[in-house]
Amino acid sequence: MNNEYKPKKTNPIAGAIGIILAVIWLVIAIVPFIFMILNSFKDKFEMLVKGIFQLPETLNWANYQEVLTGNFFHYLLNSLVVLAVSLVILLFISACAAYPLARFKFKLNAAIYSLIVACMSIPMHITLIPVFKMTQSMGLYDSIWSLIGPYVAFAVPISVFILTAFMKGIPVEIEESASIDGCSRYRMFFAMILPLSTPGLSTLAIYNGVTMWNEFSFAYTLTQSSNARTLPLAVWDFQGQYAMNTPMIMAVLTLTVLPMIILYVVLQDKLVKGMTAGAVKG
Amino acid sequence: MEKNSLEAQRKRNTAICATVFLIPVFFFLIVYIFYPIIDTFIISTYRWNGISADKTFIGLSNWTALIADKTFWTAFLHNIVIMVCSIVIQIPIGLLLATFLEFIAKKKGISKIFKTIWFLPYLMSSVAIGFLFTYALATNGGIISTVSGWLGGGNIDLLGNQKTALFTVIIIIAWQFIPFYMVYAMAGYSGISADVYEAAVIDGATRGQYFWHIALPLLKPTLVAGAILSLVGSLKYFDLIYVMTGGGPGTSTELMATYMYKLSFSQFNMGYGSAVAAGMFILITAVALVSNKLLNRGGED
Repeated sequence: MNNEYKPKKTNPIAGAIGIILAVIWLVIAIVPFIFMILNSFKDKFEMLVKGIFQLPETLNWANYQEVLTGNFFHYLLNSLVVLAVSLVILLFISACAAYPLARFKFKLNAAIYSLIVACMSIPMHITLIPVFKMTQSMGLYDSIWSLIGPYVAFAVPISVFILTAFMKGIPVEIEESASIDGCSRYRMFFAMILPLSTPGLSTLAIYNGVTMWNEFSFAYTLTQSSNARTLPLAVWDFQGQYAMNTPMIMAVLTLTVLPMIILYVVLQDKLVKGMTAGAVKG
Repeated sequence: MEKNSLEAQRKRNTAICATVFLIPVFFFLIVYIFYPIIDTFIISTYRWNGISADKTFIGLSNWTALIADKTFWTAFLHNIVIMVCSIVIQIPIGLLLATFLEFIAKKKGISKIFKTIWFLPYLMSSVAIGFLFTYALATNGGIISTVSGWLGGGNIDLLGNQKTALFTVIIIIAWQFIPFYMVYAMAGYSGISADVYEAAVIDGATRGQYFWHIALPLLKPTLVAGAILSLVGSLKYFDLIYVMTGGGPGTSTELMATYMYKLSFSQFNMGYGSAVAAGMFILITAVALVSNKLLNRGGED
């Protein structure tokens, strides 16, 4: 992008209004975070007496200590395990499915592709009761393993959609240089296509990773005890204990948001790009 | 003959190979999506509490009840209101933010600060946002009440008031998703070629003229696609509202999904809950089909 060519003239009034609006939006975007972090360092009564925008008297880590000595790490570990297992399965099987859809000529190709992509608009709520039933009869109810199936299934459509487009963009010559007959395609997939798809896979890992990390409905329905619950539900459970203790809840919230903030600082544009990858379609 | 059979053999190999590659994905889709959809329709013909073996077939009774159910249609209307407001609020503001960043792109440091902070809300999960705002908008000691106090007003209860609850929730949803549309519009801007800028500069265009007469028409397809994106999403909406209001007070923020959830998992009326879920599925599929048509037509233009 060449910035030298940009129009430079601006109506000064319009420019001033623009800057004021931009700053206002800056405030709107950040005030809830300030509210959260500021109050997480306060004592329950300090917040009630001194008001919400007062700086805390001391950096009071007591709330964090209490949250961290509770079940917090258990929630975190559950989230990490569910995320890792689901993502590995999802990325592998989606790449497998995208390969023939992008590369093979067979009768049902277009129909199968449309069927998978059409699943993007299906609301999870239509599957909730049967999946709940199924989970119970499989003996998986209230276990983190119950979440992997639904998470993978609902992430498949967008993943196949993006990977198929990605694989179509890989030059065909790469495959033509090696002879194609029957089963050597399996080797082709593992030796060529899968490694070449890494950029697409990493975008998808971010997009689906964030979605799964934040998932609420299945986790809330299919698990019950704090042993089996994931991070988004930590707040829910802590709220049962500390409903009236706003600073404590703010500490829990800050801790649950922290992993994403760290990732944002480390990955920056890559994370932004990955998180908005779903923009291709519903 | 020989050649034909070789050809057929090759085709069969391709088909077998494709099947092997597609089986794992279809395993998950069938078990967790296709079969549950059918099962939901089946359960919707029963009276069942979800736990006991006592399951009575009642035909289409749940469906006739659904069609006459005021709460369901109120919930559907709320979904539509959220859909329209999301499009009208989020996309223009997202576009404005992207335009601002585009105009100050030369000042890299400042534009980076704005961009980084503006994106923050999108990093939070809906559940976390729901909890944060439940406390941040609390009648006692919430942000709005505090600001109102500074201005000499009293406490304000936005979420507990039937008249303001839905609107408040819509604003919070906008807070969450505007960063998404900002990034979306930024991608649109990066698609406008440098030649266009050059031509505008040579013609002596101001930034305002450039935005209204050049950028906006070029971004229109992007923005239309963005609007269509939020159609289906708004109809599925659940997490944030369930966490913040649970559909209340009364039914003032009830959505199809929150209604379905409460029927099924709080009142254990799973037969009727399934009918609501299936009704929601039918409505969403209809909207998705229509919007896909619109999107494809937009692509051909």
